[in-house]
Amino acid sequence: MVKFLKKHWMDILVLAAVAVLLVMGASTIYHRFNFAKKWGFFEQYFITDSGYKDLLKGMKNTGIIALLGMLIGLVIGTLIAVIRVIPPYQKLVRYAQKVCAVYVAFFRGTPIVVQLLVGYYILMPLLGVKLSPVMSCVTIFGLNSGAYISEIMRGGINSVDVGQLEAARVVGLPFSVSMLKIVVPQAVKNILPTLGNEFIALIKETAVVGYVGAVDITKYFQDQGSNTYEYMIPYLVMAALYIVIVAAIASLVKLMERRLAKNERH
Amino acid sequence: MKDTNVNNVIETKGLTKRYGHLLVLNHIDEVIREGEKVAIIGPSGSGKSTFLRCLNCMEDPSEGSVYFQGVDIADVKVDINVHREHIGMVFQQFNLFNNKTVLQNIMLAPVYVGKRNLRRAKCHNFFLPLTNLFRKTKKTPVEITTTKEEIVKKARARAIELLQRIGLEEKANVYPSTLSGGQKQRIAIVRALAMNPEVMLFDEPTSALDPEMVGEVLDLMKQLAEEGMTMVIVTHEMGFAREVADRVLFMDGGVIAEQGTPEEVFGNPQCERLRGFLAKVL
Repeated sequence: MVKFLKKHWMDILVLAAVAVLLVMGASTIYHRFNFAKKWGFFEQYFITDSGYKDLLKGMKNTGIIALLGMLIGLVIGTLIAVIRVIPPYQKLVRYAQKVCAVYVAFFRGTPIVVQLLVGYYILMPLLGVKLSPVMSCVTIFGLNSGAYISEIMRGGINSVDVGQLEAARVVGLPFSVSMLKIVVPQAVKNILPTLGNEFIALIKETAVVGYVGAVDITKYFQDQGSNTYEYMIPYLVMAALYIVIVAAIASLVKLMERRLAKNERH
Repeated sequence: MKDTNVNNVIETKGLTKRYGHLLVLNHIDEVIREGEKVAIIGPSGSGKSTFLRCLNCMEDPSEGSVYFQGVDIADVKVDINVHREHIGMVFQQFNLFNNKTVLQNIMLAPVYVGKRNLRRAKCHNFFLPLTNLFRKTKKTPVEITTTKEEIVKKARARAIELLQRIGLEEKANVYPSTLSGGQKQRIAIVRALAMNPEVMLFDEPTSALDPEMVGEVLDLMKQLAEEGMTMVIVTHEMGFAREVADRVLFMDGGVIAEQGTPEEVFGNPQCERLRGFLAKVL
């Protein structure tokens, strides 16, 4: 016991100081902001009036937009990345590469909110496409993350030894098959941490889908705030909820990374 | 296109390769006959590797043509992949697929090619009634004798047989990163053999190996040579070239400066550059 104290007295001191500060802060907030009353409002709306059901719907929408957006983004991103690394011998390839470059420049060059607004309120009525707000968000987030993922994927493909592609071509596999079976799987393994990062960024970016009328986590808590005229607790809970979701996904990505690294160690 | 002798497995005519203004290969006319073992030696930067890589069009020739079994594979209209199946190649850096096990490494290409041929045959048969409407002499459908499962089974059996041959069958399900250099290179060689190639190209197969592992790879190559495989070997192993090769090409400055039997080249070198080169390496 004495030994433990001798070794860790500094840590214990710091922890104690932090705890004291937290308690002091909490009690200040509690008294100054009339916390008990506000919590009462929150509880009333959230539990008694079944607000949590709407929150679950919002979480579902956030999940749908982020997951499907990521999937679409992966497909588009891989496609663009592969097109951009083809040796440009043919004219068609060169044109395709130009188109991809413009696509990436456009989606990286404008804010996601602008893309949502332009896409939902201008382009979709112009083209006569009728989609629900959530599905149009999925489309636009997919297109957007496709641009980012294509750059990540291109880096990943370039990080794979060129000999891997040569070895595949030499036994008679065409370029597309060698890419998809040999190079891209290795590239994905290399860029998995970055892809996880991109997914987390995507989840946080979905907070703006309220602009086009899709109800996600953020929109739900905003609505709750405006319905009860009380914003503090809903917003704090919202922040905490995002942190929990992101932490869960970060640990999942780490698990996957370890899984995929297995053919390097053994 | 078919004007060359079919006994010549590979024939180059006026093969030229430029990187920008740098002339790497300068109008090389060379023939590799069936069953022949050709060793290519020369100082670094002389174009040995580039020449070898032009033989299966891994580098596209800037000018000239490469005939493989009488077909010009440097022509852009030719489906190069179909011909590459019959040209095995082994690299200095092994280049085993890191994301596949040893067995998958060997099976990948045979299974792919088998399935592709099956698919093409089925597709051909499917559209045959339609295309026959416009033909005077009707074609009969291609006979399909195998199934996907059978192709995989056959490829697996062949892969295991090849692994047994090099004594590595217990390594079938491990990933390449756990193998030694010599094991990797031997597996790279049998991976090429799994396609039953007409000719094998070796690009400095022992240069990246520890000295103690060179022997096992050279032994396997000697076995292949004894079985009558046509081989083109870029090498710095002069002893091996002297022992195995039927013909030695000495390349310098993008041309074949001298060639002949190993006795002629090593015993009685004619040109000054070759004498200087041999004095340094032997």
